[in-house]
Amino acid sequence: MYRYIAQRLLLLVVTLIGVATITFFLSRVLPGSPVEMMIGFHPTAEQIAAAKKELGLDQPLHRQYVRFVSEAIRGDFGISLRTKQPVVEEIGRRSLATIELTLLTTLLLVVVGVPIGVISAVHSNSPVDHTVRTLSIAGVAFPVFIVGMLLQMLFYGKLGWLPLQGRLSSEVYLDHPFDRVTGMFLIDTLLARDYVAFRDAAAHIVLPLATLTLVTLPLVTRITRNLMMEVLQEDYVRTALAYGMPRRVVYYRYALKAMLIPLMTVVGLTLGFLLGGSVVVEFVFDWPGLGGYVARSIAASDFPAAVGVTLVLASAYLTVNLVVDLLYFVADPRLRRA
Amino acid sequence: MSEEVLAIRDLRIEFPELFRTVEAVRGADLSVRRGEIMGLVGESGCGKSMTAMACLGLVPPPGRVSGHVSVDGFEVVGRPDRELLPVRGGLAAMIFQNPGKALNPFFTIGRQLTDVIRLHHRHGERESREVALEALRSVHLPDPEIALGRYPHQLSGGQLQRAMIAMALACEPKVLIADEPTTALDVTIQAQVIVLLRELADARGLTILFITHDLGVVGSLCDRVSVMYAGRVVEVGSVRDVLESPAHPYTRKLLATVPKLGDGHSELAFIPGQVPDMAFPPSGCAFHPRCERASPVCTKSDPDGRDLGAMHRVACHHAHGGGETEAPGTANGAPAR
Amino acid sequence: MSTLEADVGGLAPAWTGAHRWKRIRHFVGSHPLFVIGLTVFLVIVVAALAAPWIATHDPLAIKFSEKLQAPSAEHYLGTDSMGRDIFSRVLYGARTSLMVGVVVVGLAIGIGLPMGLLAAYFGGRIDTTMMRIADVFLAFPPLLLPIAITAAIGAGLFHAMVALAISWFPWYARIMRSSVLRVKSELYVSAARAMGVNHTNVMIRHAVPNALTPVVVQGSLDFGYVILAAASLSFIGIGAQPPDIEWGLMAAAERAKFLDFPWTVLCPGLAIFVTVLAVNLVGDGIRDLLDPKHQEFK
Repeated sequence: MYRYIAQRLLLLVVTLIGVATITFFLSRVLPGSPVEMMIGFHPTAEQIAAAKKELGLDQPLHRQYVRFVSEAIRGDFGISLRTKQPVVEEIGRRSLATIELTLLTTLLLVVVGVPIGVISAVHSNSPVDHTVRTLSIAGVAFPVFIVGMLLQMLFYGKLGWLPLQGRLSSEVYLDHPFDRVTGMFLIDTLLARDYVAFRDAAAHIVLPLATLTLVTLPLVTRITRNLMMEVLQEDYVRTALAYGMPRRVVYYRYALKAMLIPLMTVVGLTLGFLLGGSVVVEFVFDWPGLGGYVARSIAASDFPAAVGVTLVLASAYLTVNLVVDLLYFVADPRLRRA
Repeated sequence: MSEEVLAIRDLRIEFPELFRTVEAVRGADLSVRRGEIMGLVGESGCGKSMTAMACLGLVPPPGRVSGHVSVDGFEVVGRPDRELLPVRGGLAAMIFQNPGKALNPFFTIGRQLTDVIRLHHRHGERESREVALEALRSVHLPDPEIALGRYPHQLSGGQLQRAMIAMALACEPKVLIADEPTTALDVTIQAQVIVLLRELADARGLTILFITHDLGVVGSLCDRVSVMYAGRVVEVGSVRDVLESPAHPYTRKLLATVPKLGDGHSELAFIPGQVPDMAFPPSGCAFHPRCERASPVCTKSDPDGRDLGAMHRVACHHAHGGGETEAPGTANGAPAR
Repeated sequence: MSTLEADVGGLAPAWTGAHRWKRIRHFVGSHPLFVIGLTVFLVIVVAALAAPWIATHDPLAIKFSEKLQAPSAEHYLGTDSMGRDIFSRVLYGARTSLMVGVVVVGLAIGIGLPMGLLAAYFGGRIDTTMMRIADVFLAFPPLLLPIAITAAIGAGLFHAMVALAISWFPWYARIMRSSVLRVKSELYVSAARAMGVNHTNVMIRHAVPNALTPVVVQGSLDFGYVILAAASLSFIGIGAQPPDIEWGLMAAAERAKFLDFPWTVLCPGLAIFVTVLAVNLVGDGIRDLLDPKHQEFK
């Protein structure tokens, strides 16, 4: 088991280095070099030389590569070209907004999506199942940004119930200072017992949360349903039924226990979709997290920032999936050492 | 004559699909008497496993069941799930082909046995453990105390099948339905399981419906045997009658596929033709496309069962036996061209 | 992906012989969603091809005097904030999206198949290395890899397409590899090899057709997702750039005032939805047709 963990950790590092390598070489091989991005269209020779020196581009390629990777491993992604701040600090400032959003979404997906998938599987080919399947076929065809904008039109434009975008109203931001203990506003405002600010933060997160949940829901119910269907076809489910176990107990105690393991995979996979989707959602709702930041950085040709954030997001995803894989050992007696 | 523990009359099981209906069982009759071991034999897809599931009211949706199945006098067909719970495991217990998969990998053997025991007897925790231990001892599982704490993956296939049988016995069912319990096991383990079942039947008067595609196993274990083809029972009789003087052409061909030691047969016999598509079974006798005795009447009418001897019934227009002499080519059961 | 490799195993036999037409006819009758999807998709293709003749206006003509008009007889879907006719732009946008789908899936297949073939053919260290590289790509969350690659090579429609293709090719490499490996193991015991038939030739002749079915299935399922992903990239500003006519970009451009002029955003958004839905229905249908084992909801 420890050997397996060690192997997986090694693989994680190798994969990350691979990811860094790919981004590095792509940025050097394909048209649109960082220099052009950095200084615009009609640079002077001195500007180019200065920029190359700053980015280390005057060095031979393999030197550049070693430097890039070793700095990236240490978490040094350079200075953002747009804000002139170290990229690491920018990431630190924004990551918790993304974590707050994705964590809450994951929670919501587990609470809502998984039961829908399970019910759909238990009552397969019933009207409930058909409805769920039809909705999820339609659901995956919706672009994330349209879902977000539709919600904005309805709940801000038509009903006026919820704010359009952002993480806090400016009045609340100015009048209700609270300590950024965790960086997650919902928790921080509660810790500060500032309920006005809490309500404001909660109102702001509803729409991004709903958007991200809605676009990921079809995926989660679909995977959950398939996993549950597989479990229900297992021989041991038939055995339990053949020995007079009530269906309710078999489905929701026995089969769900078997679902626990694949369920963790669902959560891990979902996180991947969430990280991708959060880029668009944060952009739509002006959510001050990593996703919106990376989009704007790419659009503004801020190479160090963009590469830094994507590497961080990728490592987060890989780490979570590693943890999920390791949890298998806890949940599945077959994998535990006898 | 002793009473029937399991009585199946005109059982039909259909699976409606979008543009067709698969008739898995088409009017099967079967009767198992107290204390006997009845073999149920047929190729895969003939409906024997579905018949077994019908005994517990566990035909999976969208299957439609009609006819009669009574377990120890309790009519199963048409009952709601709730009323069937005491039947499952309590009146009729089932053991399955692949014990490694049929037991839940996430629970210990002990937990699975005691769960089932507590479901059917109002025993406390400790009492059910005692019952479970006793059951494990009765199937000669080594170190039953240790086995209770083991997960299925920690036991061998043979041990698991013993544990499975113990689980079935623990609730003291009226009939044990064994659905190909030896098929997935090694030959030596197979023999052990069969010896065990024979022993349990002799010692406890256990009634067993033993489902298999292997007539060889039937010969060494069963008292009587029913042969199933395309959803019907085509021949039934004592093991001796059926194996020594098979009356139905299908039974004869099935017998010919059993490899005999020292027979000098190098090639494996097989039955020519295909198992019929159960959505569109052949007209008349379902076996006629594969039968060398088939005559025009076979394509038109499905034969009813008729008695050949005291306990020997066959459903065939041109059954063997009854003084008829056989063509030399078919005497040994070799497929005629 | 063990499921993928298992799929490859079971495909070929069910899909040969005289049953083919009967099966297709039966299939069409029993899959109304597939028929609807295919019809809609064909309409979109025709509309995209015939855009210059169907379009009522020049999609690029800016006319500030007519900006932000509601849908009318003159402008079927209204105009955007620069007075451009949205109906015409949606039509031309179909060209972009379909082109993106074809190019990205085509590129992914073009990179993936040879890679899978080489990996499986040479085996050993080359195989390991190539598959490790593929794993690195597969280790990324879905939309994030294209974003990362665009981060490295800069924004733009072409870059976004390259980025998407690079993130997609490992799937095809895996399909091809497992197909070749299977043929290879069959050849190992077959007479063809023993008789000294040029086995490279035999292998390619067997492996490529075998891989074709799963590749078509995968490709048709990917097509819709690629269109969606490309629209998302364009929307957040790292895909298509003006003057490209692209649905995601159209929606993004009207972000400032969309609450008052919803049609400016809803029309391109709906176009994406309808296209992707149609493509997905066709993809699901193709999978069910070619791969009967997968009738379930995967």
